[in-house]
Amino acid sequence: MSTGNMNLTLQVWRQKNKNSAGKLVDYKLSDISPDMSFLEMFDVLNEQLITKGEEPVVFDHDCREGICGMCSMFINGQPHGPKDLVTTCQLHMRSFKDGDTIVVEPWRAKAFPVIKDLAVDRSAFDRIIASGGFVSVNTGNAQDANALPIPKAKADAAFEAAACIGCGACVATCKNASAMLFVSAKVSQLALLPQGQPERYRRVQSMVAQMDEEGFGNCTNTGACEAECPKGISLENIARMNRDYLSAKFISEEEV
Amino acid sequence: MSSLSKAFTSSIGRKFVMGLTGLFLISFLVVHVSINALIFVNDGGETFNVAADFMSHNIVIRILEVGLFLGIILHIVQAVMLTAQNNAARPEKYAYNKPQANSTWYSRSMGLLGTLILMFLVMHLYHFWWPTKVAVYTHEAHNTFQNIVMIFQDPLVVVVYVLGVISLGYHLLHGFQSSFQTMGWNHKKWTPVVKTVGVWFSIIVPIIFALMPISIYLGWIS
Repeated sequence: MSTGNMNLTLQVWRQKNKNSAGKLVDYKLSDISPDMSFLEMFDVLNEQLITKGEEPVVFDHDCREGICGMCSMFINGQPHGPKDLVTTCQLHMRSFKDGDTIVVEPWRAKAFPVIKDLAVDRSAFDRIIASGGFVSVNTGNAQDANALPIPKAKADAAFEAAACIGCGACVATCKNASAMLFVSAKVSQLALLPQGQPERYRRVQSMVAQMDEEGFGNCTNTGACEAECPKGISLENIARMNRDYLSAKFISEEEV
Repeated sequence: MSSLSKAFTSSIGRKFVMGLTGLFLISFLVVHVSINALIFVNDGGETFNVAADFMSHNIVIRILEVGLFLGIILHIVQAVMLTAQNNAARPEKYAYNKPQANSTWYSRSMGLLGTLILMFLVMHLYHFWWPTKVAVYTHEAHNTFQNIVMIFQDPLVVVVYVLGVISLGYHLLHGFQSSFQTMGWNHKKWTPVVKTVGVWFSIIVPIIFALMPISIYLGWIS
């Protein structure tokens, strides 16, 4: 914890494009307020780079409120930095000390190729959603409140799974670059609700097939994803997805 | 590809095979440790040799033995294939990674621990399984207990055996509860029970195994 302004050394991954080799580049920053967010600190760095006539660092960001899932920095060996349950935009410089060296890298996975610097292409997630992460029943007008009888515990579990913002921190931190936590959250949020039942078993098979095709690794249950997830998505979702997938493949008859 | 082979080659299908063979191998450990614990009766190996003779001659046990070897091979083959896929999923490594912040070292080192167990297993089979087989096929009398006492006179062998079962303990510490998660057996009431049983199993079984070479070397059992 720091209260006064800080001097920092940043080691930032710079990579021109998808095909070129990248490297870590050192930048010195002085007089950084501890109340700045991590992204505001990067804004300061980029202002300095622009003033010097250098290329600013490219990084993903959007809402800066911790709900959109765009920011994606691997900070000092952890996705979204050292704090639990926060995204990079909600990480503040008071979590660091004066004189610290901070290493910032992009998410690293074959399925998430680097576009430039710290920005990676996460469209693999979009393709997984497109393969089955939806309901195609005609839902009509909004139902009256309480018209669909859903037990509170189920509604809560579905809501907790739906809190996944698709940032990809689970993939980034997993030693196997596995996307199981993300996919299982997207499977669970629908599998738990009545609206998701008609396509429940078709959905899980399509989404897992797409996940495998994108080149993500396999789950070894280390639990790193759950520990690093900014939304606290639970490993229970992975068990639920395994259960649904195995019963679709080996017990029930539903084919894709 | 047929739908069945597609199911078995999917990421979850392969993990399913890993978990299932893992649980099968755990059930073998229960039998193995129970029978070997008979040496602690300390009657010059009389009780133990009766059990050992039964295990090497009974036809049902010998069929199960084939299943056991198939289980081990399947577990290893799947592990090699999954590891190759996992390594390919991250071609460029992080310059600075801090995995100790979010997971245990042994959960991340199942491949290394498994390799150590395999190396140990080769030596272990050479020590005990092979002489028994030779005796069965040449119809010679074989005193398994005498063989144990002879082999554990070498302190180096004792140390290697203790290291072998420590690797097994850490492998089980992650593998036991992990196999249940892979099967989707996740339950509010039972998952904590599975985890607790898994931890105790991973501690007690290796300790009983380790006590065998140690107590024979120290002459507690003869």
